[in-house]
Amino acid sequence: MFEFSFLFGQFLGGLTAAMFLFLIASGLSLIFGVLRVLNFAHGSFYMIGAYLAWQFVRAIAPAPEGFWLAALAAALSIALLGGILERALLRHLYSREELYQLLFTYALVLILGDLAKIVWGTQQLSVSRPPSLAGSSEVFGVTIPHYNLFIMVLGPAIAIGFWYILQRTALGRIVRAAALDRETLGALGANVGWIYTGMFMLGSFLAGLGGALVTPIKSIVPGMDVEIIVEAFIVVVIGGLGSFWGTFLGALIYGQVLSFGILIFPRFSIFAVSVLMAAILIVRPWGLLGRPLK
Amino acid sequence: MLEVHGVSKTFDGFTAVDGVDFSIARGEIAAVIGPNGAGKSTFFNLITGHLRPDVGRILLKQRDITGAPPHRICLMGMGRSFQRTNIFPKLTVFENVQAAFITHRRCGANFWGLSDRLYRAETDALLASLGLADKANALSGALSHGNQKQVELGIALACDPEILLLDEPTAGMSAAETRETIRLLQRIAAERSLTLLFTEHDMEVVFSIAQKIAVLHQGRLIAEGKPEAVQQNADVRRVYLGERQ
Amino acid sequence: MKRIPWTIVVLAALLLVPFIGSRFYTFVATDIVIVSLFAMSLNLLLGYTGLVSFGHAAYFGIGAYTCALLMKSANAPFLSSLLAAGLVAGTFALLFGFFCVRLTRIYFAMLTLAFAQIVWAICFKWNGVTGGEQGLPNVPYPGMEWMGSVPVLGNFRVGDHFYLMALVIVAVCFAGLRRIVDSPFGRVLTVIRDNPERAQFIGVNVRAYQLAAFVVAGFFAGISGGLFGIFNRGVFPDFAFWTKSAEPLIMTILGGMGSFWGPAVGAAAFIVLNQQITSYTEYWPLTMGTVLIVLLFVFPGGIAGTLTGIVARLRARASPSATTVPVSEPGVVKPNA
Repeated sequence: MFEFSFLFGQFLGGLTAAMFLFLIASGLSLIFGVLRVLNFAHGSFYMIGAYLAWQFVRAIAPAPEGFWLAALAAALSIALLGGILERALLRHLYSREELYQLLFTYALVLILGDLAKIVWGTQQLSVSRPPSLAGSSEVFGVTIPHYNLFIMVLGPAIAIGFWYILQRTALGRIVRAAALDRETLGALGANVGWIYTGMFMLGSFLAGLGGALVTPIKSIVPGMDVEIIVEAFIVVVIGGLGSFWGTFLGALIYGQVLSFGILIFPRFSIFAVSVLMAAILIVRPWGLLGRPLK
Repeated sequence: MLEVHGVSKTFDGFTAVDGVDFSIARGEIAAVIGPNGAGKSTFFNLITGHLRPDVGRILLKQRDITGAPPHRICLMGMGRSFQRTNIFPKLTVFENVQAAFITHRRCGANFWGLSDRLYRAETDALLASLGLADKANALSGALSHGNQKQVELGIALACDPEILLLDEPTAGMSAAETRETIRLLQRIAAERSLTLLFTEHDMEVVFSIAQKIAVLHQGRLIAEGKPEAVQQNADVRRVYLGERQ
Repeated sequence: MKRIPWTIVVLAALLLVPFIGSRFYTFVATDIVIVSLFAMSLNLLLGYTGLVSFGHAAYFGIGAYTCALLMKSANAPFLSSLLAAGLVAGTFALLFGFFCVRLTRIYFAMLTLAFAQIVWAICFKWNGVTGGEQGLPNVPYPGMEWMGSVPVLGNFRVGDHFYLMALVIVAVCFAGLRRIVDSPFGRVLTVIRDNPERAQFIGVNVRAYQLAAFVVAGFFAGISGGLFGIFNRGVFPDFAFWTKSAEPLIMTILGGMGSFWGPAVGAAAFIVLNQQITSYTEYWPLTMGTVLIVLLFVFPGGIAGTLTGIVARLRARASPSATTVPVSEPGVVKPNA
């Protein structure tokens, strides 16, 4: 049972899961870091991104590499959806208590969940892997699908890309400033409203992308929104709300906890999620790399 | 009354307060002044227990209060008003002050009585002495800045303090309001034999009522003493007026 | 309009429900009465202390399981079981709350959520005690034969008898809550809600009071859970699932956080709405979500808040020379609300 290839396989499984979690959680963390809103609907964006990807793949049916186009289109659609929601509705709640914002995003979860059921029904749907990545290789005795390898590389690539933009570009500086002090930034002439919208759209894009890219690996079902949002919360709490690399680290850790936790404590995997979250919040609420909320 | 011994506080490498020794006797009126960023607010927060000093001790009436939680320090007889008006905006003026009576007289554990009936006479009296009697039923959040500051003072006084810390009590006030406030403070301090410690930017205020002045600069105490002495102090002049003479 | 003792009127009306003779009405009324206690218990935290808890269902679930277990397995008398339900729930609230009140805002909410999920997981997995996924079906009704001999009540069904018992119990709980809210303790809670920093500096040990509020809220949630388990004829793990915690939150917003009776009104509205909508369509979440959004943007004060606003405006128009009383904003506590 503890053969190296088996362990390695579990490790890779955890890594793949981690990268998807990172995609989604980074969007969540971004939105929280800048807008101070904990977006419950993030999981819904993920789910609708998946459904849209499935839809677009069918629309582009004949083209062999249509998957990539479909995934991109799905992610962009979610970004658009996020932008519209933020502009039209969410922004009016910024001046109100946090409870209203939380309830708003929760209402979105309810609405989007049912809308998905109405449009796509409750049957499981799936998308096949794009032909270019349909194969697999053997590494250390484990068969790894190429698609999974791609995901394992994409995750860090996006992380580094984002880090670069946030740290090294003027746009990134503005975003970081917006996270720290909205009023001053406004006084300096930056259009804070559009920055917020942009950030929300970016976060939504990431969620939608995550959902679209997960379709060749997992089937699309109702309820995947609630499942993923709880996991995203944990990742963000472990790493630290608002910390970018914290989210990456949190995703890596949680991915492995999921992977190996099932082996070590099969009966308690259902607890793992909540106990981990509770433990972190009790002992070190700002996570591994976050700053205290004050 | 209050003694501060060698207190320091550092945030992430930035030393906000550096080895400050300070004391104030019962019944004295003292002011802490200094340019912006000198550490005055941090100093206050250390005394009132909102922050814990890294080194040093603070004694209130000879009892060690270093690092004690704010509510305990308050119950020991220290009151405070805040720089940015800090009242209970959704309660009426009357309720604001009444609440302070209730909590300070430790009635908070009472699950059965009717809070509305408690301390009505005391609250009315206090509001009258502050000139707020006519506004008793107004929502405190809707009042003018000056009135809110009065409510703030009322809340602090309802706690029957022996020493009152005031963080920029006349900030944002017109000249007339400032004079009013100073007169009010002097009267109340005399009536209740209060010890007053306040920070201010308005030098007129400081020199008109302070009996003792401490000057902070970059976290350090650079001068302390009677107003005239401080005014003549070379270091103080340099800090406030630049490198002249 | 002014001095009608609405509380008495409503109570009398509720007492008369069994006389309508409809199983359905009694069913809905029982549901409303029990769940409104759940919502009111949450409002002690939300509206009065300013604490947003996403895990209140944990105490509801704990109360339900405790009462059911005691009555089923230990054959304990109803009232003792119910009281035990409240006390056990309150104890867990003490345990969990101790950790929760050390955090603020979002972190507080998330930890309450985490604890609720842990409770759910325990209920789900502990087959021996909680019946696991199947839960505890066939929870017995309390012994109500004595009601058969009372003149008027003798003609009613078991469901009606239980409704009346629940109504009385809940009414007593409401009276207790009212007293607590009007007490100095309640006043301190609103003070903490309005400005915790300032509260500290009038001598309030904020965390201690928040914990106390948490425990009291947990106690009443446990009682409502115990009652609900009997009403539902069974107790199941999803009583404690976090989405169940969202229901009293929605009810409170629907009814209005700012008044004492808001959550009860919200509970009634929610349940009636639920009954109506689910008979037409399965898309209850969609409807609920939309209603919630409309509430958040158009009627932030909820039903009670909007009604109070209308009444105030009507009064102002009726007697323009009268001095204007400040209109209650959401979260304001007025003793005669």
